[in-house]
Order: sequence, then structure tokens, then C-alpha cells
Amino acid sequence: MIVLEHVQKHFGAFQALFDINLSVRAGEKIVLCGPSGSGKSTLIRCINYLEQSEGRIIVGNVELSAGSKAVNAVRSDIGMVFQQFNLFPHLTVLQNCTLAPRRTRRLSKADAEAKARELLARVKIFDQADKYPAQLSGGQQQRVAIARALCLEPKVMLFDEPTSALDPEMVKEVLDTMVSLAEDGMTMICVTHEMGFARRIADRVIFMAQGRIVEEGPPAEFFGNPKHERTRKFLGEILPSSGTPIVPPTTPLK
Amino acid sequence: MGTGEYLFLFRGLQWTLALSAVAFACGALSGLPIALARTSPWPVLQRLTAGYIALFQGTPLLMQLFVTYYGLALLGLSLDAWVAVAIGFTLHASAYLGEIWRGAIEAVPSGQSEAAKALNLGYASRMVDVVLPQALRISLPATIGFLVQLIKGTSLAAFVGFTELARSGSQLSNQIFKPLLVFGIVGALYFAICWPLSLYGARLERRLAGTAR
Ligand SMILES: Nc1ncnc2c1ncn2[C@@H]1O[C@H](COP(=O)(O)OP(=O)(O)O)[C@@H](O)[C@H]1O
Ligand SMILES: [Mg+2]
Repeated sequence: MIVLEHVQKHFGAFQALFDINLSVRAGEKIVLCGPSGSGKSTLIRCINYLEQSEGRIIVGNVELSAGSKAVNAVRSDIGMVFQQFNLFPHLTVLQNCTLAPRRTRRLSKADAEAKARELLARVKIFDQADKYPAQLSGGQQQRVAIARALCLEPKVMLFDEPTSALDPEMVKEVLDTMVSLAEDGMTMICVTHEMGFARRIADRVIFMAQGRIVEEGPPAEFFGNPKHERTRKFLGEILPSSGTPIVPPTTPLK
Repeated sequence: MGTGEYLFLFRGLQWTLALSAVAFACGALSGLPIALARTSPWPVLQRLTAGYIALFQGTPLLMQLFVTYYGLALLGLSLDAWVAVAIGFTLHASAYLGEIWRGAIEAVPSGQSEAAKALNLGYASRMVDVVLPQALRISLPATIGFLVQLIKGTSLAAFVGFTELARSGSQLSNQIFKPLLVFGIVGALYFAICWPLSLYGARLERRLAGTAR
């Protein structure tokens, strides 16, 4: 589904990513973790061309290149959710969700709204479609952002610390939404430090430090028996000494 | 002062308003592409528009009027004084509005256009649907502030012989020898137009600050 070969990223003289190689199968769930500044955001932003990188990135059967045709093809397959939600504040929840389908898919207003309402219901945003983002709680806004991305029927979802800007009591509702998305078979790359979530849905956990992939493996192995000193140190910092996650485990949506 | 004198001043006022309206409307129409070029990813466009803006911000408005007025004549275009002056003010307004709106476009958080890009929206839609509505809101107080400056600035058109409100005032005071009265009335007329606009701008600014995210 996604292949990265020898991906490098420079910001001027500073190198943010070194020789990243990664291949993600359809339906696979990847959790990306690592200290702040290790290049996690930069890496996933390269995948949908929010950052231009060196090396090869292939999404589906399209190789990313500077031309707008490849960029559009790749972006139409990828949904992205940001730490700061980035909802459009001057548009209602419903308009946030229908803008892109109407512009890029040329859906009629009625069709786009029907689809948006269906997805808003799926992320449990009921009766708020005509409110503005500022009238919603952080957790609700992030769920709207997820619904907005899903309205374009992406094959892959990228999450960049989707719960880091939320008050603790709202983290769970967003993680539950992501779990249900995972259970429906979505291909996902999630930058998150919610290790309970990682244990639960990740097929692979990838640890990055200083622009490099240091270690990767299935969660049981990754948490139970980390190979690298840096990984152990990092896990020691974010997990309590008992090894149980800080966040309450998520419960399934029903 | 009789009705005839008042009518004379009102005719001047009409020209002031017409000139302000034309300069603002045409300045806005050309200022928007200037702001877009200034914030575009293309260095050539950025530098060209930066130079244009610097030129008009760095020289006195009166010089700009003289240069367009006599410059256009020199180019062999024998234009009406009214048209020449309107072109001069339009160029001036386009540079200032371009700069105000550049600032407003850049004040829209970058996450907004990133989210729009991630949703595969093209440049036109990113601007029209996402960035400009927010930028316009941000820029409203400064835009209205500039409109007030522009209305008062049209008095400089008197120097190239265009009979707007200020020049009507000096012509009238030369006739009836009551400069204090005449210019008092002229000043009151400017005030009656500019003050409510300023108040409105200040109110918008407060409201904007109140809803800032
Ligand atoms: N636009 C940018 N310009 C310059 N440096 C950047 C930019 N974005 C990120 N960086 C640098 O790249 C490194 C990785 O950043 P980032 O990918 O945001 O890390 P993470 O998401 O893991 O915290 C950091 O050192 C950061 O300062
Ligand atoms: Mg980050």
C-alpha cells in the first residue's frame, strides 16, 4: 500500500530524516513513536507531500513526484488528522465535511451532505452538524476532523498525535473512534504515545530517534523485549515502572 | 453662506466620495491579486509585488499623483483630470490594500492550508474557500482604517486641479473671504464621513479580538 525507499528530508542544512525504509501493507496499522523532534511528523507529512523529500515514496500504485497529477492521486487516497484538528473555523461542521467532496469529487450538495451525516454519526457527532467548530469540545472537534477526512473515502489514514492537544477526559473518545476505524480494516499510520492504544491495535510499532527508524516490531515484542538501549530508555520515560500504560485501556465502540 | 454656496461644497463632496469609491473599488480589485502574488510560492512574483508595494509605501502620495498625472500626459494619453487622478489613487490603494491583505493571509494559521492540501483541495479552492474568508475577517479593521486614510487623502487631488471637497472649499473661501467658516464646514463634512467609519472599524476590531481563537 505504502512503500518508502531511502527517504531523506533536509530543512536547509538540517537533516530531519535519514534513509527511511518502510513498507506498509493494506489494512496494516502502524504506530510511530519516539521523542519529540525525532522526525515523526516530518515522516508522515512526506507521505502526502506536505513536505517534499528525497528518495522514493509509492502510495497504492502511484509514485510521488513533483507533478500535481501524482500529488493529487496520492492525496486523494490519504486522509490526515492533525494534532491541532485544523477544522475550518468559518465553516459549520457539515460544511467542513462537504467542502472537499464537493470540490474534488464534484459531488452534489445533497449527496455530499448525506455522506457527511453518515460519517458524523459514525464518529458519534449527533445533532451538531450545523454548529461551528468553536462551539464543540476538543474531543468532538477531533472526531469531526476524522469524519471530514473519511468523507473522501481514503485508503490510508495518517494521524499526527491526534490526542496530544486534548484534555485527558477527551482522549478516550477519540481513541475509541480510531479503534473502531482500525477494526473496520483501515490502513493506518498513527503517531501517538498512547501505548495502550498501540498494544491494542498496532500490527507494528516503530520507534524513531534523531531522524532514523531505530527499532520496529509487533507490540508484544516491542514492549516486552525492546532490543535497543534508546528504545528501553524511551519506554521507561513514557510508561510507569510497572510497564502498564498511563492511559486507561480503550473499550470497544458499541 | 447661502444655499448656492452649500450646493457648491456638496458638489465637491460628491467628487470626493466618487473618487474614494472608485479608488477603493479598483484598488481592491487589483490589490487582491497583488496580495496573492506576494504570498505565492513563486519568488519572481513575490519580488515584483514586494517592489511595487515598497515603491508606493516609500514615496509621498502627492508625488505619486504628480507622476501619474503628468506621466500619463507625457505618454501621450490625454486623459480627463478625473481619470488621471482616479488612476493615481487606484495604484496607491492597490499597493496598500495588497500589503494589508498579504499580512492577513499570512496571519491565517498555516494548519489551515495544510488541512486543505491534505483534503486534496487545489490552490484556487484553498484560497477561495479556506484562506481568504478568514483573511478578510482578520483584515477588516485595517482595511477600513485605510479607507478612512484614502478618503482624507483624496484632498491631495486638489493639487493637480481636481475639484473635490477640499478644493471646492478653497475656491469658495477665496470668493466669500470667510476661510474659517468655509474650512470649518469642509472639515465637519470629512469628519461626518470618516468618524463613523473609524468607529465601525474599532468595533470590528474589538469583536475580532473577543472571538480570537
Ligand atoms: N519546517 C521546518 N523547518 C525547519 N526545521 C523543521 C521544520 N519542521 C520540522 N523541523 C525539524 O525537524 C525535526 C523533526 O521535527 P518533527 O518531525 O516535527 O518531530 P516530531 O514530530 O517527531 O516531534 C525537528 O528537529 C524540527 O525542529
Ligand atoms: Mg510532531
